[in-house]
Amino acid sequence: MLKIEVMPTYNLKINGKSHTVNADEDTPLLWVLRDQLDLVGTKFGCGIGQCGACTIHVDGHATRSCLTQISEAETMEITTIEGLSKTGEHPVQQAWKTIDVPQCGYCQSGQIMTAAAFLKSNTNPSNEAIRTAMNGNICRCASYNSIEDAVKLASEQINNPQKA
Amino acid sequence: MSSSKQITFNRRSFLKTSALAGGGMLIGFNLFNACSNNAKLPVDISKLNYNDFNAFIKISDEGKVTIFSPNPEIGQGVKTAMPMLIAEELDVAWEDVYVQQGKLDTKNYTRQVAGGSQSIRRSWQPLREVGATARQMLVNAAAAQWGVDASTCKVDKGIITNAKGEQLTYGNVVKAAALLDIPETIQLKDPKNFSIVGKGKGNVDIDKIITGQPLFGLDYKAEGMQYASVLRPPAFGKTLETFDATATKAVAGVTDVIKFGDKIGVIATNTWAAMKGKKALVAQWKQTKPAESTADHDKKLVALLNSDDLKIRRKDGNVKQAFATADKIIERTYEAPFLPHNCMEPMNFFANVTPEKIYLVGPIQTPEGTARGVAKKLNRDESEVDLQMTRMGGGFGRRLRGDFVLEAAELSHRTKKPIKLVYSREDDMTAGVYRPSSKYKLTASIKDGALTGYRLQEACVNANMYGLIPNFFPAGALEHYQVESGQIKSNISTGAWRAPYTNFLASAEQSFFDELAEALGTDRVALHMQLLDKVKQNPNPKIKYSPERLQGVLQSVAKVSNWGNAPEGVYQGLSVYYCHNTHVAEVADIIMDNGTPVVKKVSCVVDCGIVVNPLGAMNQIKGGILDGIGHTMYADFSFKDGTPSSKNFDTYKLIRMAQTPRIDVHFIESQEDPTGLGEPTLPPIGAAVANAIYKATGQRLTKQPYEKALLENKAKVLG
Ligand code: FES
Ligand code: FES
Repeated sequence: MLKIEVMPTYNLKINGKSHTVNADEDTPLLWVLRDQLDLVGTKFGCGIGQCGACTIHVDGHATRSCLTQISEAETMEITTIEGLSKTGEHPVQQAWKTIDVPQCGYCQSGQIMTAAAFLKSNTNPSNEAIRTAMNGNICRCASYNSIEDAVKLASEQINNPQKA
Repeated sequence: MSSSKQITFNRRSFLKTSALAGGGMLIGFNLFNACSNNAKLPVDISKLNYNDFNAFIKISDEGKVTIFSPNPEIGQGVKTAMPMLIAEELDVAWEDVYVQQGKLDTKNYTRQVAGGSQSIRRSWQPLREVGATARQMLVNAAAAQWGVDASTCKVDKGIITNAKGEQLTYGNVVKAAALLDIPETIQLKDPKNFSIVGKGKGNVDIDKIITGQPLFGLDYKAEGMQYASVLRPPAFGKTLETFDATATKAVAGVTDVIKFGDKIGVIATNTWAAMKGKKALVAQWKQTKPAESTADHDKKLVALLNSDDLKIRRKDGNVKQAFATADKIIERTYEAPFLPHNCMEPMNFFANVTPEKIYLVGPIQTPEGTARGVAKKLNRDESEVDLQMTRMGGGFGRRLRGDFVLEAAELSHRTKKPIKLVYSREDDMTAGVYRPSSKYKLTASIKDGALTGYRLQEACVNANMYGLIPNFFPAGALEHYQVESGQIKSNISTGAWRAPYTNFLASAEQSFFDELAEALGTDRVALHMQLLDKVKQNPNPKIKYSPERLQGVLQSVAKVSNWGNAPEGVYQGLSVYYCHNTHVAEVADIIMDNGTPVVKKVSCVVDCGIVVNPLGAMNQIKGGILDGIGHTMYADFSFKDGTPSSKNFDTYKLIRMAQTPRIDVHFIESQEDPTGLGEPTLPPIGAAVANAIYKATGQRLTKQPYEKALLENKAKVLG
């Protein structure tokens, strides 16, 4: 069967670079990132906005890429885990390394992206604030104590880069 | 084992060494197996072949050590702990040790093994022997060059020093060492002198994880690969009758629709199109096997518990008689639901079935059995299967089953394309393998203020507790003790789930002991101490736990948790358990918040022998406890006419950060060989929480999930 497929073209700005992709308009940004652009750090966990594994930054805000349709994404300034820093030097990534947070590691890019966006809006959070901010991200390995500690450590590092 | 020991080798044992063409020395070894006699090591490092050896170490002429570890990582930190053991005995600086996982795109890695699913307990000794052997060969080479006795040389961080103070580095002598025979005897270090083991080492994949580099099965890609989504029967007991794929084929990106068995595969150029195409399928199903529901299972399990059809698994004394002459009988039945695994990374696998070879890549814990299964299914020779493992986004027992690999292989075979099969979360939760639902009836007798008899009866779906469990505590502590089990059959697929059987049995028994202590008017700690004293007085080779070590963790947890002296408003529950070769005690502190119990803190004491990697150990211990709390409190899962009650995380509640207590972990200092930590801290926590809830609310919870039980009790009171 010959099928004539005309998929719309979209221009995206991701990690500071422009990309042109063809995709059906209802395609979640998650799958465009993963399948078409080889940005596989953004993970698939539930597809319904419940787990946070697919968290990216849109104009600096933590956003679920599984619920973001490609047709809405053209005007967005998108950052994925691959673009959070050049080589992993973002204070949140460094804190994750110092605390050795990951177990299986699958949820962690989503956790890091949520934490990085959160710490921009609240640079000196209480543990209660951290627990509320991170509550949307599931870690099936339950590395929650370490995530909490790492967000705290990252905030200290951001406030006092000399110290840590 | 408490000091350095001499090992005498059988030369045909598990390792071989050779010189590399480009310089340096190669050691090939086989954990868990002997090497075949004629196995040959390559001289070219790019040609490592995992058919004869399941791991390799290269020592370069700069003295750098690379460990080629094909072991998968499922979050247990084994990939970090294993190289620590080798580096320790080899006596090199940790900074000079690199771990390289068998590269996915290299044809020469023809087979990888599931070392990662073997616990550190089994690999501890062989890994140390490999390290110590290499060290001895390097020392022997240096000694020969100096013309001195090897026993007069010392090694520190890759530098060999003789009695005169002359020095040679590993790099200086590696070429000569590679030509020597494998020594007949080697010396293992005294654990007291460990400098790497016991010091926290971070996850070896950490840099890739925090920067989002491809690591997991879902991240793997190959030239020309297409994506598959599979529609499976909506309920256990149903089979496919007819289907219409017109709408599916109209979805942009869909390239094929394939019926195989009772399933329909939708193949597309991207994951989204495959998933969308699957949703567009219109299928009719017919009921060909019974439509089973949890309510029916419950009735059957209760009937089984009350029948005479249970099989006796262990019998000491005569419980019937003890019960007949008792002052008081206490009986409780504890109930647990089916549970899905919900690995964070949904099931997925890559398959490329070509006329020459079958390439399989992805997250699986049982590669050999799976490769065999695929060969059989496609009527091919096993030697044609090339299976490569990736890092796994969680396992919890689910990836022991290769059902999804068979699906991927079949779809690739039918379409003649490289296929990546991807489960949606809904597929993962509904077409799963589940922890079987189970019930435990516990009965105990009290006479003259003492516990006299104890009976444990298990009724479980499709399975029963494995052989050693009937010998766990309190076996040996009571004169009259009996364990029985029986099962009902179901067409719902069931299998291992983190800490099989004990994950709920511990919850039941340790809740029951709380009730017994109350009835006896004894403190929990005191009751266990007394019972364990009895075990010590009557040593019994069939007892699998150590009464001394159980007492050790118990006393220690009482101390660190301030047991019995909780501040106003804090309620404590205790649980102590032995399983998976590890002794654990836990105390949960809860508070009441607006009438709802909230776990604030857990104190945990673990006796797992020598702690190889404290950082990794902490992660596993805390993860096990929080996972246990989550499933104990919230995991509500059932079947109605063969259909699971939840399909995704909107209706199925996993623990999240706001519900997590802080966990305070302590290790018992030990010189014993290490035991695994992926499982043993999970089982006891359910009872620690339930016992604390009892103190706070007066409610004895027996049916998981407890959050639901609490709500139902509340409704009854208000009712
Ligand atoms: S995959 Fe987007 S929230 Fe779970
Ligand atoms: S580390 Fe495994 S899901 Fe978070």
